[in-house]
Amino acid sequence: MTMTDDPATHMGSHRLRREDPALLTGEAQFIDDMSLHGEIWVGIVRSTEAHATILGVDGRAALEIDGVTEVLSGADLAPLWGEGALPCAWPVTDDMRDPAHLPVATSVAKYVGDAVAVVLADSRYAAADGAAAVSVDYDPLPAVVDIEAAVAEGAPLVHEDLGTNESYTWPLIPDPKAVDAAFAGAAHVVSERYVQQRLIPAPMEPRGVIAAPGVANGELTLYSATQIPHILKVMTAVTLDIPEHKIRVVAPSVGGGFGCKLNVYAEEILCCALAMDRGVPVRWTEGRSEAATATIQGRGQVQHIELAADADGKVQAVRVKLLADMGAYLQLVTPGVPLLGAFLYHGCYDVAHYSFECTSVFTNKTPTDAYRGAGRPEATYAVERAMDSLAVAVGVTPEEIRSRNFIAADAFPYESCAELTFDSGDYQAVLDKAVAMADLESVRAEQAQRRADGSNRQIGVGLSSYVEMCGLAPSRVLASLNYGAGGWEAATVRVLPTAKVQVITGSTPHGQGHETSWSMIVADKLGIDPDDVDVLHSDTAISPTGLDTYGSRSLSVGGTAVFMATDKVLDKARLIAAHQLEANEDDLEYFDGAFQVKGTPTAAVPFAAIAFAAFTAHDLPDGMEPNLEAHVTYDPPNFTFPNGTHIAVVEVDTETGNVDIVDYVAVDDCGNQVNPMIVEGQVHGGVLQGAAQALYEDAVYNEDGQIVTVNLGDYLVPSAAEAPVYRVASHVTPSPTNPMGVKGIGEAGTIAATPAVINAVVDALRPTGVTDVTMPASPQTVWRAINEAQGGAS
Amino acid sequence: MESVKFAVNGTERSLEVEPRTLLVHALRDELRLTGTNIGCDSSSCGACTVLVDGQSAKSCTMFAVQADGADITTIEGVADADGKMHPMQQAFHEHHALQCGYCTPGMVMAAISLVEEYPELDDHSVRHGLEGNLCRCTGYQNIVNAVLAVAGSGSATPIRPYQSGQGE
Repeated sequence: MTMTDDPATHMGSHRLRREDPALLTGEAQFIDDMSLHGEIWVGIVRSTEAHATILGVDGRAALEIDGVTEVLSGADLAPLWGEGALPCAWPVTDDMRDPAHLPVATSVAKYVGDAVAVVLADSRYAAADGAAAVSVDYDPLPAVVDIEAAVAEGAPLVHEDLGTNESYTWPLIPDPKAVDAAFAGAAHVVSERYVQQRLIPAPMEPRGVIAAPGVANGELTLYSATQIPHILKVMTAVTLDIPEHKIRVVAPSVGGGFGCKLNVYAEEILCCALAMDRGVPVRWTEGRSEAATATIQGRGQVQHIELAADADGKVQAVRVKLLADMGAYLQLVTPGVPLLGAFLYHGCYDVAHYSFECTSVFTNKTPTDAYRGAGRPEATYAVERAMDSLAVAVGVTPEEIRSRNFIAADAFPYESCAELTFDSGDYQAVLDKAVAMADLESVRAEQAQRRADGSNRQIGVGLSSYVEMCGLAPSRVLASLNYGAGGWEAATVRVLPTAKVQVITGSTPHGQGHETSWSMIVADKLGIDPDDVDVLHSDTAISPTGLDTYGSRSLSVGGTAVFMATDKVLDKARLIAAHQLEANEDDLEYFDGAFQVKGTPTAAVPFAAIAFAAFTAHDLPDGMEPNLEAHVTYDPPNFTFPNGTHIAVVEVDTETGNVDIVDYVAVDDCGNQVNPMIVEGQVHGGVLQGAAQALYEDAVYNEDGQIVTVNLGDYLVPSAAEAPVYRVASHVTPSPTNPMGVKGIGEAGTIAATPAVINAVVDALRPTGVTDVTMPASPQTVWRAINEAQGGAS
Repeated sequence: MESVKFAVNGTERSLEVEPRTLLVHALRDELRLTGTNIGCDSSSCGACTVLVDGQSAKSCTMFAVQADGADITTIEGVADADGKMHPMQQAFHEHHALQCGYCTPGMVMAAISLVEEYPELDDHSVRHGLEGNLCRCTGYQNIVNAVLAVAGSGSATPIRPYQSGQGE
């Protein structure tokens, strides 16, 4: 399939988004914009201790406050959920330790922010006042904060009854002897340790929940700022033992997610349980400071990576040992996040032998879970940083070491050492394009000049070539990884009597522009205007079947389902047209919104006539059902493998440690593009999130397990003043995995940017003797690194 | 409770509020003008930006009583009488300057104020002028381009044709 600039087609064009007007005028309804009659507000009392026995909850002062109606401890609430603990859907090993995780703790608080009591009130302010007035008596216990300390001998235990802080160990070592042999015979061995700091996802909209009971029939409607209404419906049914068909979940306009709204949270289960019990709507809105501990965090790994290479720098084997921070409990997919990177530590390089092992541990901190990229940014960071170290060891440029190791363009489909089949790509062409755009020759000349001058503003160039696995996922592959659900997606295309079209998608957009893109797909296939296609989603009463939006899966799985459902509609329309034209269906072609007999344009029946005929059903082929509608559930045969090369050029002030990104080039291969404007927007935002991990963001905990970065004054989400100018381009190799040849772009920027920026910082500092900087590379961190390398005090 | 009177989007409104009621809560919860969003609790994000007597203000940083007698404009009040979007809204649309749209009302209000206050804007001054408004989706480049297009400085670049390697 070709996507062209032909004005008759919409795919491949910069079509402006239909989502925009409601968002631009304030008409869009986010969760906190809603209001239900008779609703009561929940305020949550959260642990101020990282680890403590709860001796008592005293709500007397709270109950004195006007508007506060009840104060409930975890023990008071326990009967509402019985044994129903919050779900973890990814038991990655059969022996994984998964401690029971109640929505409100009853006896021991396990992290700062752990819910320990609940206030019910008649207003937002009263709920907040009440929660602040509740007094909790704690008996502090030793806290485990650092993940390496958590696995040390004699470490305090997060969960005493488990007898260990280890949740699981997951290996992927196809041929251990071959790996050992490769290292024994290597001319160059690179051995590195990297720390992936914890990140706070921080979508601009905090979370929020309203649970509304239908008392007469035992029904429940859950409104939530969630990425996953479909999964949430199943999990709410299972957790609270409510018949699934009685539950409707609605995600209203959702103000960003980045993975942190891909979960089943305590507040969702709490509000549902209270609503069913009390028979009134129950609501909660998260505050930003509350989100710092109540919403999952991302990353949190210590990585050991080793490369074994021959004298030319050709990598023979990769060996990785990972320590991953689960936090205090396993949320929905917490243990699976390291596995999403487990297959990608050899990057986009043709490596024969592979050894990966991850040990995941509990700490007295907020649980981790999926954050934009989820496992793949961590993997890419490790291999791309290590490749730069190898380039130094071999004495070649970063682009040369990558070129020597790339999987060749003619090697696809490529069977990787980690047992994946990469779909398509031309990694060298992508890199060449990026190098040309960045004009590395000039940049390096300037760098050499400043080095020669001993300038205090050093220039650094950082490359990052990445490949990721997207399009989650073949359901059978997910089964082999012990994931608790499939990876398909559903779509319905329904042609209305007036030839307008409704698309019902199981994908759940929260900023990605699916309504615009899906309408372009359908409109092109049917030869109609995209404005005549409505796209419905995010409400399980309208879209009952789906697996939602995460992991850059929506276009390659959900979009493909839409594409295929439209084909099925056309197949039926063709039979109706053949019947009306008294022609053989094989003699018909569909062109410009009408079926016509090949070579006889006068014998044609327009789409609108077929739509109406299907509705009236007056004259359909014998045995054909009325109406024109098709449903497809698409289970992809493979992942997709977006890839690219990003180049960051930074200027480092060696006297202050300040880093400025002075140029940023991104060349991505996300396969064919439905709407390049949206692709470009995803790259921009993704790059800034990745660069922010490199330079600004860090969820800082002190040694007592207290989080220090609780609000956006302390946790440094970058503003426009910090953001670089992005220069983006693409190099397309269509994926053979799906009919549109698409791969996914939602996470690419975040995956690529972090190592590109840090590689650039290290490159700038190489004359000072610095070989690594920890993230985030704040002015203080960079200054200390320079000072230490030069033998000064840190 | 305190009585407060102000004009919101050209209409006189009278409210009885607690003295501690934030302006943003008065607008959202009392007047049901929910276009103004709340993104933080530390005056950091700017999602709640409105115009108070023509100047941009973070409505989470003011008590409703402080706005007594003021002329307030929210995102609901910037389109013209026929419902045609304000040029800044239109520019955000045309430059793909929003994704999830949560920061957008505040960002648009801050941008309107910035352009009115500083007619001579360039890339650098737009970025610093909007540094009190956070966006997590767009990476800001398209926002900056939208604002520059409205500012008419001539340095705004339209959404560039995507540089595709296809067919090369």
